Amino acid sequence: MKINKSILALMLATSSVAVSAQKLEITVTNLTQGMHYTPIIISAHDADTSLYQLGEMASPELQAMAEGGDISGLSTMLMNANADVVENPAAGLLGPAMSTTTMLDTADGNMYLSIASMLLPTNDGFVALNGWKIPSEAGTYKVMLNAYDAGTEANDEIINGGGASGTPGIPVAPASNGGTGGTGVTSTEANTYVHVHRGNLGDDDPMGGISDVDNTVHRWLNPVASVTVVVK
Amino acid sequence: MISSNKFKNTSIALAIGISTILMGCGGSDKKEDTMVMPDPPAPAVPVNYAYTVKVVNLTTAQPMSPLAVVLHDEGELWNIGEMASDSLEKLAESGDNADVLAESIVLSGKSGAGILMPGMSEMVEINIEDNMPMYFSLATMLVNTNDAFTGTTAMDISNLAVDESISLLTSSYDSGTEKNSELMATIPGPAGGGEGYNDMRDDVDYVAMHPGVISKDDGLTQSVLTQDHRFDNPTLSITITRVE
Repeated sequence: MKINKSILALMLATSSVAVSAQKLEITVTNLTQGMHYTPIIISAHDADTSLYQLGEMASPELQAMAEGGDISGLSTMLMNANADVVENPAAGLLGPAMSTTTMLDTADGNMYLSIASMLLPTNDGFVALNGWKIPSEAGTYKVMLNAYDAGTEANDEIINGGGASGTPGIPVAPASNGGTGGTGVTSTEANTYVHVHRGNLGDDDPMGGISDVDNTVHRWLNPVASVTVVVK
Repeated sequence: MISSNKFKNTSIALAIGISTILMGCGGSDKKEDTMVMPDPPAPAVPVNYAYTVKVVNLTTAQPMSPLAVVLHDEGELWNIGEMASDSLEKLAESGDNADVLAESIVLSGKSGAGILMPGMSEMVEINIEDNMPMYFSLATMLVNTNDAFTGTTAMDISNLAVDESISLLTSSYDSGTEKNSELMATIPGPAGGGEGYNDMRDDVDYVAMHPGVISKDDGLTQSVLTQDHRFDNPTLSITITRVE
């Protein structure tokens, strides 16, 4: 009995210092009916690392992901922080109502999970999980994710192929269900910090109007994604 | 994880079994309630599992069709990314819950009393004998839409003890079976007075989260709906209490 207690005490002590490596099975589901996700980045990292801070300016790496779906900058940033990273588990776009599952082995100390992907068609909208504490107890956990705005580009809702950072416009409507000839919803971004996305406005005129986004297809309400984490 | 869950369920079932037997032998002194097993074993008494379900309509102007409240051990009423069943399509397009309540997975099903108006709440009682249900599901249509519904599917209630409650807020889903045209002729609720169920599927034909109502006030010229009919998540508050 005494031996058992001391083993237990040892285990508790160990777990409070640093959670050892974990094996995670992660499923990301696009809950929307009309939005596509660009290649997803999934990462386990330490407490000092994050993809962004709500209410602060987006990093150039986050901006590149949110405006053009380019996760290479975020990936380099995470690798440099000794994070465990899975890139592009869906092998391309994750369509509406589709799921993708991947395994992630975490190193000692990488106790926080982050996920990010751009929403298409948007100017700089993205879905993210930002520094979710990975439970130490084995089990199945479900988290719902919201859509955010990087605050780096005006939401003009004009589909013109503009995906590079600082270039106005939306890269593409992947299902080829976008419009053309929109005059632009706005040319300014009132909130230049990372914030909750107000949603696409869209219009019902595929050949004109103010937006190239279809208001019956490309709107959404939160949550926009669910993440199921199985801690093995 | 699965095996440990099963273990817990077995212990709970065992615990319930014992307490029922003790309640069965009426004359016993309460002080002796500890671990005294009756001898000979009491004849099996039907075990009743009863729940009250309180539902609040959180929307501004979306009446909810009569609730479909279901206890079941397997299956789902819907799955994100999969086609809606015919019964769910009927509920989501017309508010008719009869076919959902008649689904083969349903061990016990109960309909709400009627339309649940915005801001209103309703209490539904549901029970089942001799079979501790694993799952709770609930579905109802937002009637001033083409095919929006809300609720929860296959929520695990197997660990709910007597007098315990679970509360949740629900999001809204689109059955994907009817285009969100918002035309008067396609909205069965009071805002349209149009057609409900139609077996034609002219939309994406998979269930996903609903993108919300657009309305004529927010850019859909052909819509019969107004700014009042827009909604955000969550749309329902549900509290399930096990009473027996």
